[in-house]
Amino acid sequence: MKDFNQLCCEKCWHTTDKSCEHFIQCCTEGPLCHNDDKCEYEITSLRKRLMYEEHDHPIIMIGMGTCGLASGAAKVKEAIESELKKLNIEATIEGTGCIGYCAVEPIVDIKLPGKDRISYQEITVKEVPRFIKTTLIDKEVYKEKVLGSHGKSNGVISLKQVPFFEHQQKIVLANCGVVNPDSIDAYLANDGFKAFDKVLRLMKPEEVVKEVLASGLRGRGGGGFPTGKKWELAAKQKTDQKYLICNADEGDPGAFMDRSLLESDPYRVIEGIMIGAYAIGATTAYIYCRAEYPLAIERLQNSIAKCEEYGILGDNILNSGFSLHIKIKKGAGAFVCGEETALIGSIEGRRGMPKPRPPYPTDAGLFGKPTVINNVETFANVAPIILMGAQKFASIGTEKSKGTKVFALSGNIKNTGLVEVPMGVTLRDVVFKIGGGIPDKKEFKAVQIGGPSGGCLPESVIDTSVDYESLKQVGAMMGSGGFVVMDGETCMVDVAKYFLTFIQEESCGKCVPCREGTKRMLEIIERIPKRYGSDGSKLDQLQRFKGMIHLQRLADVIKDTSLCGLGQSAPNPVLSGLRYFRHEYEEHLYDRKCSSGVCKELLTFSINNEMCSGCGLCVKKCSVEAIVGEKGQAHYILDNKCIKCGMCYEICRFNAININ
Amino acid sequence: MHNQIFENYHLKDRSSLIPLLQEIQSIYGYLPENALRDISDFVHVPLSRVYGVATFYNQFRLTPLGENVIRVCRGTACHVKNSANILYALETELGIKAGQTTRDKKFTLEVVNCIGACSIAPVILVNEDYHGRISVKDIPKILKKYQTAKKTEKVEKSEEVSQ
Repeated sequence: MKDFNQLCCEKCWHTTDKSCEHFIQCCTEGPLCHNDDKCEYEITSLRKRLMYEEHDHPIIMIGMGTCGLASGAAKVKEAIESELKKLNIEATIEGTGCIGYCAVEPIVDIKLPGKDRISYQEITVKEVPRFIKTTLIDKEVYKEKVLGSHGKSNGVISLKQVPFFEHQQKIVLANCGVVNPDSIDAYLANDGFKAFDKVLRLMKPEEVVKEVLASGLRGRGGGGFPTGKKWELAAKQKTDQKYLICNADEGDPGAFMDRSLLESDPYRVIEGIMIGAYAIGATTAYIYCRAEYPLAIERLQNSIAKCEEYGILGDNILNSGFSLHIKIKKGAGAFVCGEETALIGSIEGRRGMPKPRPPYPTDAGLFGKPTVINNVETFANVAPIILMGAQKFASIGTEKSKGTKVFALSGNIKNTGLVEVPMGVTLRDVVFKIGGGIPDKKEFKAVQIGGPSGGCLPESVIDTSVDYESLKQVGAMMGSGGFVVMDGETCMVDVAKYFLTFIQEESCGKCVPCREGTKRMLEIIERIPKRYGSDGSKLDQLQRFKGMIHLQRLADVIKDTSLCGLGQSAPNPVLSGLRYFRHEYEEHLYDRKCSSGVCKELLTFSINNEMCSGCGLCVKKCSVEAIVGEKGQAHYILDNKCIKCGMCYEICRFNAININ
Repeated sequence: MHNQIFENYHLKDRSSLIPLLQEIQSIYGYLPENALRDISDFVHVPLSRVYGVATFYNQFRLTPLGENVIRVCRGTACHVKNSANILYALETELGIKAGQTTRDKKFTLEVVNCIGACSIAPVILVNEDYHGRISVKDIPKILKKYQTAKKTEKVEKSEEVSQ
């Protein structure tokens, strides 16, 4: 047998058009409808091969998610292929998803027959010959770059003991980077679609809703609305057509959980969608995915086609009478489409603008029919809930926030990547225990959670636990899971400016508070670090102070009167900045200083005579000809011409540019 | 004149509008006016509405692209890692502003909100290739590679840039 869709013998009758109801069970438990040792052996050995338990040749697994590819995984794969050819070694090369530890990509795993799977980090093209020789010919551990072992630790540290993984609890990400995301067979062998199978054969739709309700699962897209409640509302509706939508329009800058999940474990998400559709009685589901994620879309398309081929999707799935079709809709680059009513508008072919609620989508959503919209991560939680039971799932986390949450660690942190922690751990644990702290011995300043709707949290509240309520209390929100760490060289006024620029560009323009209010807020913030003419007109200063006085009230009005969630949360980055970093705003306002050295208009650039070699590179790069000097002698910056772009500082090879 | 494309779309209504625009753009690189007119006829939506949709979403362009498209990520993680300087350096190096195309039609410079590769920030995307963890100093080297390469040749990423 090459794959599970193949018949073991003529007694099996499973086909694409007429699928057997025991198909999924059959994949893991051998032939159910007849007793035959040969068939049982065929199926078991296929499963063992797919789980990498039984194989004749070495298997090489390379992390081929976007982060891996961007770090050169494709090149490494090519190099390994040619090296194997050269040495005439037979081995299987497989591309897996992302294990989450993006900081040390490209990650290459080696699995020798009968031995444990070992992960190696940061493999470069140059060392591939040595790497292959050590691991495949000498059959030894390539000690320089070893990351950890997937099995027991025989002289090699177990992956579970690596600090980055030690404090994580993987439910949603369990398969990511471990199971081949391109192979439906590998997913089936690793208990895939078992939850769907159980739901289809043993549970009524109401029971599924009850189970999810009991698990306490809340929407992982940011809002935190109980998923079971949403499903219950839609399931009650009596119409001929209902829809289910998976929201993969991950527009939050700084978040990449959905991308990683779709790239590394697409079948898990599809299974969640299937269970959801069964529970609410939908026969058509949409996955609305950002066009900026080409690899995720490709893998989803392949997965859906495979599911249809295996009879797991389509009409009369597994002979149960339940039908479901999944369609992919590509987003077109609008942040606001992450809002559910805007997303519905986008699928219908309109401009993605939110609508006032009620009516809620569960009453009248896509094409006026009841619709449930959930986030990718929410759907990825569904299958584990069904398999482990609501009770066990609810035992993880805090009283009101159950389960785990995936965060995308990025910014000024050592271990960037994707982490999954149980609800209730503190931010400190995530930053320092898992993230490894700040690189280059710099100090921790803030962590930005929740993207443009969230806030920046300083060290004083870093012992806050990760759950929906606590984060809201300190002025941030769970959001979709962006987790950007900032060090001492980040200016909070600049961060506020950045988010406001983003929000006012992405505001859809439908309601006045968001369209006009965010623009005015941006103007006020932009005025703070601005340096006016040398005379420093009194009017400018007055405007600056006046703006600051109005800022708080403006933020409150936008919060109270905007139409959709994005507008209502738009002032959060500024409000949290004012709450925790007021001294920094005041320093900019009164002292006209930016101690982080970011707000360029408040800085002066000068050249250190002793360090400058007079190479003339800065003269060439300066776009306003503000640097003068003879070749070979120290240069000078003309302050009245300098536009403070900082380019000279960036390119100087002798660190001769001083910033005051 | 776009009947061949339309053949694949069975639903002649609004819901086909965005996929159609996406397909047309993937063929031409932008949305020519006559294509918008054809689409408007096909989906029975007034041209003004089609234009409204095409200008609402960031992805759609009404002007042609250069040979190479450089997308600078301006996500939060990239911002914290100084992507503003990268953008500024690219702008001065190419002599254009974000959203514009160079005169020789070699490069188009675009800004994207987040390409979801935050762990290797700051990132720029040239055509299909990701360049992660770059600094201002790397930019001339990257540009040079694409400047010399012919359009048909796929430019390969060099090791030191991507590491």
